Amino acid sequence: MKRLLSGLILFCFYSLAQAVLNIEITEGVEGSLPIAVVPFQWHGGTKLADADVSAIIASDLARSGKFAPLADKDLIAYPKQPEDVHFQSWRMTGVDHLIIGGVKQEAENQYQVYFRMFDVLKGEQVLGYNFSATRASLRSVAHRISDHIIKALTGLPGAFDARIAYITAAQNPGKAVKYLLQSADTDGFNSQNLLLSDEPIMSPAWSPAGDRLAYVSFENGVAEIFVHNIHTAKREQISKFAGINGAPAWSPDGRKMAITLSKDGNPDIYVLNLDSKELTRITSHWSIDTEAVWMPDGRSLVFTSNRSGKPQLYQVAFKAGARPQRLTFEGSYNANASVSADGKTISFVNGDSNVFRIAVLYLDTGLVQIVTDGPLDESPEFSPNGSMIIYASQHKGQPVLAAVSTDGRHKQRLGLSDGDVREPAWSSVRK
Amino acid sequence: MKNYLLILLMAAALAACDANVKPGADEDASAMGGDRGGAQAGAIGTEGYGEGQSLPVSYEAGAINDANSVLAERVIYFDFDSSTVSDESVELIKHHGNYLSANPGASIRVEGHTDERGTREYNVALADRRAQSVERLLMFQGAGNDQITIISYGEEKPARLGHDETAWSMNRRVELVY
Repeated sequence: MKRLLSGLILFCFYSLAQAVLNIEITEGVEGSLPIAVVPFQWHGGTKLADADVSAIIASDLARSGKFAPLADKDLIAYPKQPEDVHFQSWRMTGVDHLIIGGVKQEAENQYQVYFRMFDVLKGEQVLGYNFSATRASLRSVAHRISDHIIKALTGLPGAFDARIAYITAAQNPGKAVKYLLQSADTDGFNSQNLLLSDEPIMSPAWSPAGDRLAYVSFENGVAEIFVHNIHTAKREQISKFAGINGAPAWSPDGRKMAITLSKDGNPDIYVLNLDSKELTRITSHWSIDTEAVWMPDGRSLVFTSNRSGKPQLYQVAFKAGARPQRLTFEGSYNANASVSADGKTISFVNGDSNVFRIAVLYLDTGLVQIVTDGPLDESPEFSPNGSMIIYASQHKGQPVLAAVSTDGRHKQRLGLSDGDVREPAWSSVRK
Repeated sequence: MKNYLLILLMAAALAACDANVKPGADEDASAMGGDRGGAQAGAIGTEGYGEGQSLPVSYEAGAINDANSVLAERVIYFDFDSSTVSDESVELIKHHGNYLSANPGASIRVEGHTDERGTREYNVALADRRAQSVERLLMFQGAGNDQITIISYGEEKPARLGHDETAWSMNRRVELVY
């Protein structure tokens, strides 16, 4: 019986590890620009169901919150070549842009992906690329095409050809919780297990280049910070002081890390030089100081402190004698900042004792906008282009990952079929 | 040192006077102790003090294995976003401090926890402060620095699952692990 049970639990865990994040757009379809993505032609091979390039592109465009791809049934034609496009008819459908393309299989593991985007009103091509791909990189190429389209039409750099790291906790009744650190494409596919542990894993943070992931692991019975190289799968323990080793945050140049330590008696923020291992104390206060993030210019940190009695956000410059400046004033709980790549906005958790929501602070005006509904939203992180915020939420009492456009208008849920999923971290786009 | 002892004696006396007035949350805590087995028995033990029947507390080496000893109670509960130890918990921690003081070979792991509300790393810091509050009280009582290790789990290891005050009140805690 015992064997059967452990077999079942293994199976449950296996299915969790294999679970794919399902994306459901929950709010804000209106206001998005209609766009037509014609299903791509496949040459020299059959269409791969798990690498349906045009479907991936349409899904990315919808997830961006800026576009509303026509449903397949509303497509009036399936043009294969630029000369097949009848612009007059497409104008009637109300779309401004039309995308056609195809996938050519040239050898066993060699593909060419091409696409063209047309301005329907002007009747001309505005974008067109060819990409080489392997079987394994087809989905990534589709995401790269989405990033090109969004850049061309909105001016925003891409965000979809990236990885999202997150942690799941598998709660099996009567059994110890299993913690799993994973990374996946931004649409939840191609998930990869990075660390499985009986003890908590926390606070994943991507290096600026997206090649390394820092995190906190309790696997040795104490909190330690590791840096995990995604390509070599090698990892290095970088912080193991007495007490807290937490909240790792990479500097914009990837050479330093802000961390929280309590080795001197109280949670304070330090900066660790990853090359020289030199440790510099940044805050020194009897209160809690933690959750540091870097401003993109690398000249200051934003962090959480309860020095006023309740947790609030503060900014401290790397200058001798610099005093932390308080940034948030509304609400009794403002914590866990993420700074947009342009340094103009900060997303954070805003709450009182019972409702915690994601808020955005505009640094130029000081205005704060609440962008989610709560009640237990946490771990916000900007997409690399600053247009979206991914965060951890609850849906019907179950932990889920969710994303919201920075203006709060567009919401989507990235649901796992089971397991407690938390702490999403969005990498930079692949180079 | 003499002053500390005096303060602790006074605190203990005051706590004994106050023990009849029990905050509601703690009533809940002892009522729901079932899921942690014998760990809750001590809550009943402290009630005994309130009634003035000063129970003999043994700090002999074997006392730690006695399910009826006040030392069997090893969880200290806290208010939201607070690391202040209640008067009643000071009393409990005093017994553990006495035990450690009387048994220099014994060691204890002080594990700090929070409920799920608020951000995860802030909660690690908050739970660390809870554990440090308890550690300080143990040391005032004569426990040695080398007998105590601290670990903060924040909200990562809830004692009870759920998204309501019933679960939260059980999760805002420090556990003493011998």
